[in-house]
Amino acid sequence: MRRISSALFLLGLGLLIAMIFQTMEFGSVAPLVGQAINATAAEQVGAANFVTSVVLGYRGFDTLLELTILFTAATAGGLVLGKPRAGAVRDPDSGFILRAGADLFFPLLLVVGLYIILHGHLTPGGGFQGGVILAAAFFIPILARPGTSMDHRLVSIIEGLAGAGFILIGLLAMLGGGDFLTPLLDTGELGALLSAGSLPLLYIAVGLKVGSELAGLLAQLSETEASD
Amino acid sequence: MSMDTSLIFHIAAFGLILIGSAGIVLSTHLVRIIFGIALLEAGANLLLLLATYREGSSAPIIVDGQIPAVMADPVPQALVLTAIVIGVGILALALSLALRVQRAYGTLDLREIRQRLEQDIADEAGIELPSSIDAPQAVVKRQEGRA
Repeated sequence: MRRISSALFLLGLGLLIAMIFQTMEFGSVAPLVGQAINATAAEQVGAANFVTSVVLGYRGFDTLLELTILFTAATAGGLVLGKPRAGAVRDPDSGFILRAGADLFFPLLLVVGLYIILHGHLTPGGGFQGGVILAAAFFIPILARPGTSMDHRLVSIIEGLAGAGFILIGLLAMLGGGDFLTPLLDTGELGALLSAGSLPLLYIAVGLKVGSELAGLLAQLSETEASD
Repeated sequence: MSMDTSLIFHIAAFGLILIGSAGIVLSTHLVRIIFGIALLEAGANLLLLLATYREGSSAPIIVDGQIPAVMADPVPQALVLTAIVIGVGILALALSLALRVQRAYGTLDLREIRQRLEQDIADEAGIELPSSIDAPQAVVKRQEGRA
């Protein structure tokens, strides 16, 4: 019975999608907000990457809420998984290749992650992407040596400081008479590393927060798995 | 990117949405359902990006002070960035919940989990599991054996 109703649902969904598909125009959509942003963002925000201008400049508050959602998910994950038992058996160390690779990759991933975070306003990338790479840099050594555990207290301190920094920059803009999270400082020269005002600072905060959150969550997932 | 490529990407987006939905409603294994959600998300993100795609547009980034003639819309790109991050959060939370279910019931099969859950609720309430008098003898025996 359940199979039949599921199949019927899928059939309906397929028909609906086919109907939408027929009415769509491919590749000739009239631009509305995007064109206005593309025309004015370089002067207003000063970031060469307009996606960064949108993420942190025009809808920075949304980004703050997005970070809140990620934080909530990570906290809930930690709450559901709980602490590993005291005498839990851990997986043994992995083979030579993974251990050597983890040691080699750690500095490389660290540099690439920081580069992507710092150049978020100039090239594709930014705090979220770089933060994930930073998390990978700290998680791969745990994969190689499951016996070592991550310092969860340090991770949550970094995470809290980064989140507080993001909100603090937003509040500083309010002190100057602007709205919450209005870009501060001089926009500088377009395309230079030190440009776009406070956006690089915001992206550093985002990168540290996302990196520490994901690394903590991954470490907790692996610890829990090993404790069974 | 020509018209045909755009069409292929649209078909891919709708296909991912359909495959993900099929995984969610047809599968009875929790991890497969979570993978279905991930596929559905990927399709939705691709569709969102394609919704404002224009022929011949380049990335909305100024390189060496040169402004491209036609730039892609940066708004859906920023939205998809948000959606991907939230998707990762959902995936992690769903997987940790699945881990807990596996630890509590020893299985990830939804049918078995539902049976165990109903049995647990009935035991807790001190009542017999509701069953039909027309139920096959094997089912009745199994329920009696558990109680």
